[in-house]
Amino acid sequence: MFRIIRKQILNSSVKLLEVEAPLIARKAEPGQFIILRVCDEGERIPLTIADYNREKGTITIIFQEVGKTTKLLGTLEEGDTLLDFVGPLGVASHLEGVKKAAVIGGGLGTAIAFPQAKKLHSLGAEVDVIAGFRNKDLIILEEELKSASSRVFITTDDGSNGNKGFVTDVLKRLIEEGNKYDMVIAIGPLIMMKVVSNLTKQYGIKTIISMNPVMIDGTGMCGGCRVTVGGKTKFACVDGPDFDGHEVDFDEAMRRQLMYKKEEKDSLDKHKCRMRGVDNA
Amino acid sequence: MPNMSPKKVQMPEQDPNIRNKNFLEVALGYTEDMAKEEAQRCLQCKHRPCVEGCPVNVQIPDFIKLVAEGKFAEAYEKIKETNSLPAICGRVCPQESQCEQLCVRAKKGEPVGIGRLERFAADWYMANKDSQEVKIEKLNKKVAIVGSGPAGISCAGDLAKMGYDVTIFEAFHTPGGVLMYGIPEFRLPKSLVQKEIDTVKKLGVDIKTNMVIGKVFTLDELMEEGFEAIFIGSGAGLPSFMNIEGENLNGVYSANEFLTRINLMKAYKFPDCDTPVKVGKSVAVVGGGNVAMDAARSAKRLGAENVYIVYRRSESEMPARLEEVHHAKEEGIIFKLLTNPTKIIGTEDGWVKGMECIEMELGEPDASGRRRPVPKKGSEHILEVETIVIAIGQSPNPLITSTTPGLDTQKWGGIVAHEETGATSKIGVFAGGDAVTGAATVILAMGAGKKAAKAIDEYIKNKQ
Repeated sequence: MFRIIRKQILNSSVKLLEVEAPLIARKAEPGQFIILRVCDEGERIPLTIADYNREKGTITIIFQEVGKTTKLLGTLEEGDTLLDFVGPLGVASHLEGVKKAAVIGGGLGTAIAFPQAKKLHSLGAEVDVIAGFRNKDLIILEEELKSASSRVFITTDDGSNGNKGFVTDVLKRLIEEGNKYDMVIAIGPLIMMKVVSNLTKQYGIKTIISMNPVMIDGTGMCGGCRVTVGGKTKFACVDGPDFDGHEVDFDEAMRRQLMYKKEEKDSLDKHKCRMRGVDNA
Repeated sequence: MPNMSPKKVQMPEQDPNIRNKNFLEVALGYTEDMAKEEAQRCLQCKHRPCVEGCPVNVQIPDFIKLVAEGKFAEAYEKIKETNSLPAICGRVCPQESQCEQLCVRAKKGEPVGIGRLERFAADWYMANKDSQEVKIEKLNKKVAIVGSGPAGISCAGDLAKMGYDVTIFEAFHTPGGVLMYGIPEFRLPKSLVQKEIDTVKKLGVDIKTNMVIGKVFTLDELMEEGFEAIFIGSGAGLPSFMNIEGENLNGVYSANEFLTRINLMKAYKFPDCDTPVKVGKSVAVVGGGNVAMDAARSAKRLGAENVYIVYRRSESEMPARLEEVHHAKEEGIIFKLLTNPTKIIGTEDGWVKGMECIEMELGEPDASGRRRPVPKKGSEHILEVETIVIAIGQSPNPLITSTTPGLDTQKWGGIVAHEETGATSKIGVFAGGDAVTGAATVILAMGAGKKAAKAIDEYIKNKQ
C-alpha cells in the first residue's frame, strides 16, 4: 500500500498528491511515469512523475479530475493509501548537454514539464519556461517554475492574467528576438504539442514532446499506447513517453485518444450517481 | 477388466448457445463415477508411451490406476510428484500432441482422457482436502524469481520446498502471469489459479506485485540485495503486429491488450469494473493459435454477432488445441482459413470499418515443416468488421535483457539459456519458459521452472 503524505489543491480541478513509494523514488528521473490503481475493480492509469524526493522516499503526482478514476483519486486525503503504484516506467528524458532550452507547458502539462525544467536548471542550462492556461484561476506551479528557470512567461487564453495569447505566440517572439534554443520541450494537450512542433520545425529547433496515451501495463505488453513516430509504430510506455515532436503523427494520436470517450463518460456518470447515492444508474 | 469403449467418457459441458454468452467455465469436469469409468480405459501398458509424451513425465498409468481404484487423493499426490499445477495443466495442456497422442488406445479409437482425469484428480483434491502443511528446514539463502506465471510459480514452489527464501517479483498488480491476464475465465477459472498461487504462498514464498524488474531493480541490484540466484520467467509479453496499413486505427487490438482488458481487468463487467473494451458487431481475430481462439470466443461472449478467425494456413496447420477449435466452432465462430489480411480500412474519423484480405493456397513446406501459404492473385476481398484482434504471436519483453549487461539473447529477443538447467550467460542467473522459448505452453514453462529450481539448488550449494 502506498500512503499519501501530502495533498494540495492547485486549482479547481488539478490536485497534487505526494505518495510514499521509496523504491520508485530511488530510481525516478524526469520524463518517467507511474501507473496507479485506486481500488480493486479500478482501472490502471498512467501519470507522469511530477517530482520525486529520494531522501523522503516520495513521488509526487499532479492530475486533473476528468474521468472516474481521477475524480476518485481526488477524493483521497492525506493518510489514505493507493492500492497499486508501479514504476518508474518509460525512458527518462535525455537532458544532458543542453545549454539553452525553452520548456513549454500547456495547462496540466505544466506539472509534467516542471521536473524537466528543474533538471535542466540543475544541470546548468538556461531555461525559459512558457506556461499557458485558459484563465488566471487555472494557473499552477508559478512559484515552483520561477525557482527552476531563468525566466517564466505565463499566458492565458482569455488574457485574465494580463498576458493574453498562446504559448506559441511567446515562443515565436522569443525566437524572433534572437534567443537561440538548442532544445524545446513541449508538454500539454496533443494539439498544443502539435502546434509547437510545427513552429519549431520552421526554425529547425529540436523539440521533445511527451505522450500520455491510454495504456494497461506500461511495460510494452499490451501495445495500446501505439504512436506513429517517423512512420514507425512505437510504444509510448517503453520507447517513450518522450518523442521527437517533428516526427510524431499527432493527428493519429488525437484520434486514438478518443477511442474510449463514450465509455469514459458512462463510467463517470455511473460514478457520479453512486456518489449521490443513486443506485443502479 | 479394462473398459474397451473406443470413445472417451464424455465430459459434461455448458451448452454452446448458452456458454457463448457467459464467462463461466465451458467444461464442467467428470463426476467420481465418470472418472473411474474413464480411468478403466487405461491398459496400464508396460512401456508407458504416454509418460514419454509428457514434458514433465507425470507417471500417468500410476495415477490413472489410483483413480480407477477410487483413491483420488493418492492419484493427485502421484501427479504432484512431477507436476506443480495439475488443475491448470489438466485444462490447458495440448494433450492431443503430448501424452494422449502416444496412448495405445488412440490406435483404435480415442486415447484415454488423460487431461480430463488429471483435472478430475486435482479438482477433487481441492474440493475435498486441505493442502498439507509441509515442514521445511530453512537454508537462509535468498533466491529471486522474476515473473509469477507458470515458470516462476513452479520454480518458486520447488525452491521453497528445498528451504530457500524465495521472493517473486511480479510487474502486474495480480500474480499469475498469463494464467491471469491471458487465458480466459471460461477456460481456466481465476479462482483456481488463485488457489495454486496461495499454495505457493503457504510454502513461504513472498510475492511482491507492482515490481517491474529492469526498472525498479536491475538484476545486478537484486544480486546486491543479497539474492544468491535469480530465475527469469518473465514470459513473452511483447505483442507482434502485422505491419500493414491501418493497424493503428481505433478498434485494432493486440491479443495481449484485448485479453488483458477482459481477463485481468474484467472489462466484461464494465462499468462495474472501470476498464472498458470495444467489441463491434463484427470482429476479426487474426491468427490460429490458442490465443486467437481465446480472443474470438471472448469477443462472442461480449456480444459480437459475427466473429471470424482469419488464418493464412488451413485447419490442419492450426497450432491451437483441438478442443479449443472444436469449442470455438460449436460457439459459432466463423473460420476464414487460407485467408491473410493485407490492409485495414478505416472511416474518416479513424475507426476500423473493414479488413482487406487475400486468399491463400498451400505451396511447398517451409522451415517449420508446414506448407507455406502463397497468395492467390486477384482474390482480394473485404471483410466488414469494426474490431480486429491481432493474435499472431508474442516475443519476450526486452525490459530485463536491455538493462542486464552480460545476459545474452537471441536475435528475436529470447534469452539464451541451457536447455537442461536454464543457466544463462550471466553467472547466477537462470531463465525459462516463454522468455527463453518464445510463446509456448504452460507445461513447458512449468517444466523449465522445475529444471531451473534443481539447477539453482546445485549452483548455490556448489558456490559455498
